[in-house]
Amino acid sequence: MDMNAYLSMFIDESNDHLQALNDNLMRLESAPDDISIVQDIFRSAHTLKGMSATMGFEDLASLTHEMENVLDLVRNSKLSMDDFIFDTLFKGLDALESMVEDVVQGGTGKADVTAIVANLSSIVKGEHKSGKAVAAAAETKPAANSAGNAEAGLLDQFQSSVLKQSIESGHQVLYIKVTLTETCVLKAARSYMVFEVLENTGEVVKSEPSVQDLEQEKFDRSFTVFTISTISPEEMIAKINSISEIESVEVLPLDEESLANLSSSGQQQTAAAAAPAATTEEAKPAAGSAKPAAPAKTNGAPVANRTIRVDIERLDSLMNLFSEMLIDRVRLEQLASEIKRQDLIETVEHMARVSSDLQNIVLKLRMVPVDTVFNRFPRMVRDLAKSLDKKIDLIITGADTELDRTVIDEIGDPLVHLLRNSVDHGIETVNERIAAGKPETGTVHLRAFHSGNHVFIEVEEDGKGINSEKVLEKAISKGIVKPEEANKLSQDEINMLIFAPGFSTAEVISDISGRGVGLDVVRTKITSLGGNVTVTSVQGKGTKFSVQLPLTLSIISAMLIKLGDEKFALPLSSIVETAIIQRSSILSVHGNEMIKFRNAVIPLISLSKLFNSPSYSEETEEEHEIIVIQKGDKWAAMIIDEFIGQSEIVLKSLGKYLTNISGISGATILGDGQVALIIDPNALIK
Amino acid sequence: MSEELKVIVFGIGNEEYGIEVDKVRTIERMSPITRVPKTPSFIKGVINLRGVVVPVINLSGRFNLPESEVTEHTRIIVVAVNEMEVGFIVDTANDVIDINSDIIDTPPEIVGGIQAKYLDGIAKIGDDRLLIMLNLSEVLNKTEVVQLEQLEV
Repeated sequence: MDMNAYLSMFIDESNDHLQALNDNLMRLESAPDDISIVQDIFRSAHTLKGMSATMGFEDLASLTHEMENVLDLVRNSKLSMDDFIFDTLFKGLDALESMVEDVVQGGTGKADVTAIVANLSSIVKGEHKSGKAVAAAAETKPAANSAGNAEAGLLDQFQSSVLKQSIESGHQVLYIKVTLTETCVLKAARSYMVFEVLENTGEVVKSEPSVQDLEQEKFDRSFTVFTISTISPEEMIAKINSISEIESVEVLPLDEESLANLSSSGQQQTAAAAAPAATTEEAKPAAGSAKPAAPAKTNGAPVANRTIRVDIERLDSLMNLFSEMLIDRVRLEQLASEIKRQDLIETVEHMARVSSDLQNIVLKLRMVPVDTVFNRFPRMVRDLAKSLDKKIDLIITGADTELDRTVIDEIGDPLVHLLRNSVDHGIETVNERIAAGKPETGTVHLRAFHSGNHVFIEVEEDGKGINSEKVLEKAISKGIVKPEEANKLSQDEINMLIFAPGFSTAEVISDISGRGVGLDVVRTKITSLGGNVTVTSVQGKGTKFSVQLPLTLSIISAMLIKLGDEKFALPLSSIVETAIIQRSSILSVHGNEMIKFRNAVIPLISLSKLFNSPSYSEETEEEHEIIVIQKGDKWAAMIIDEFIGQSEIVLKSLGKYLTNISGISGATILGDGQVALIIDPNALIK
Repeated sequence: MSEELKVIVFGIGNEEYGIEVDKVRTIERMSPITRVPKTPSFIKGVINLRGVVVPVINLSGRFNLPESEVTEHTRIIVVAVNEMEVGFIVDTANDVIDINSDIIDTPPEIVGGIQAKYLDGIAKIGDDRLLIMLNLSEVLNKTEVVQLEQLEV
């Protein structure tokens, strides 16, 4: 059977299930007694196990199986959740994610998960409370190559420490050697039956040959198993002998001494040395855990069956076709107004209405709820809070707010930066919070909501706020602001300085908020998406970052203008006002032209000079048409020749040959088939 | 090793040039070009090629040769190299010929004012026809464009 056909389906669904597992585990952590959540988790884990086994990803399947065992106990109220179990389950989940990621990258999804598996089985055995040595052993052996490469008959350091631990805590460790009859046909099936018996009565720690080899009949007639068992050796012999086609079975109960003999002596020593050093400290989350394995869809909840999955490329080509039609529509409208035939005008008007409906739908198709980005944050904040020893509640609202896919793809990293910043530098430690008279658990709000043609995403925490005096001090010493300007800055303007390039170097930030995560990178990214980020902060009360994003990047409303023969488009979102001014009202400040606008003096930009316009110059005019544009809270005015009007335009790139042209962000095709360049107002305001 | 090449022949000034046919996307008549400010002067601007915005450069200008007037024979040859699509303005484009790779000689240092690095070679066709084969990736080398840009600004 060709598995490739199913691979992408497997990857999609695994990601769904992993996300569901993650979400539900988080929910469970806040409500550990809710068995219905455990049921959900169990279902996801079970499906994942089945899929992985079918696709031949044995490591994935076996890890999921172990997790399932733990969950099964919890589900049947035989085990109550505690921190250790959560951490182990989360670690297991991280491992699963990186395995699926490996599969996505074309790998085999193999990973050494024995450490996590052993932790899980120790949980099943109820050992984790008595001795934590297992956890330590697990940490000493980070996931590396494929499992099961220990020498024949020998236990590796880790396995022997698990067994040793079990013996110490009074469990029975058995060494079992099973030999099948010579005539046995289905050796794999028989060995599977033996394993079923073993797993029902205890936990298999080690088998030789490995379970994979056994399943693929890669063994002669006999195999050996180390198991932690709940039944006596006699019972075990009876049970295994009841399976047919078994020639002989040998069961040896092990004590510490015989175990030491089985392990190589050197390994035994290191294992013994490792045991006292045991700590229960949580290992750092696996490196790959924070990044999403692939664009995950909405929750794998049972309600999701009214949707279909569509290849993103098809949506893109739909969008391209539609934008070509939009250009033709504008052209038709133009022709109709020239020809002035009533029925043509009516038809074109009708077509215009239909196509604007169509435009709404096409754009909506590309909308993805921000949840696809948000869903990894609870986990991230949890891990971060744990590692920083802080108590933090992340409250997400408006996760169903939708944004264009192109924006969604880009917004993840800046938000991670902002959230990390809030958790790391914003929220105080528990002690500081108590001292400040605040509840010991800090709250981080992550909100998304629509407003007009924009989506706002806010990250707000109730931490210590920005120390604006220190910010100002640093900004002056770094030469970002001049001392004489400093007095004029408002509180918010000072706070905005933290976004200035060159401000947030690690060394600088360490005085104010610890470790620097380049906030100027965040701002650059967001402005490149046509958005904007602002910060407001009250010292002692908290800080709020507010990110404003355009709904879509592919079709925008724009103002079309003329400079002589040349036409340009300017995004409507950056226009504050259009006006006509007298040439005599232009002021000159240090040789720069400025005008008065709404009680402020703002710079006046000559577009014709900036773009070396061959067919227009405002020098000879008495009156100038101007457009006031904004970037954040800065304003500037541009002199133009003539306004054409407002229009919906389709963004096109200038291609790979022309990149980084200052002042131009792209191009669009007008109704007459001509190309008009789109002015990038952000580049014009310094 | 000899192989047959299909080559589009076009003329700039008095010279004849060749580009392998599989690198040429389309040949268009002159259409309105939108100037792109702040670019080197040989970049004439962008055109609308059936819904795709394509930059257009003047090859003579690219090689620092005098640019010729636009006539009714002027064509835009759109080539696709290294995932870039670029249009070349040429004086004429009216021939497709088969040549054998054996007849392509390595170019001398400078041919008709063009540095050798922009050329793949010179093909002799017939008795007195010379065909200059262009090295497109070098012609469209962007780092050089960036340097030019810095010189002009």
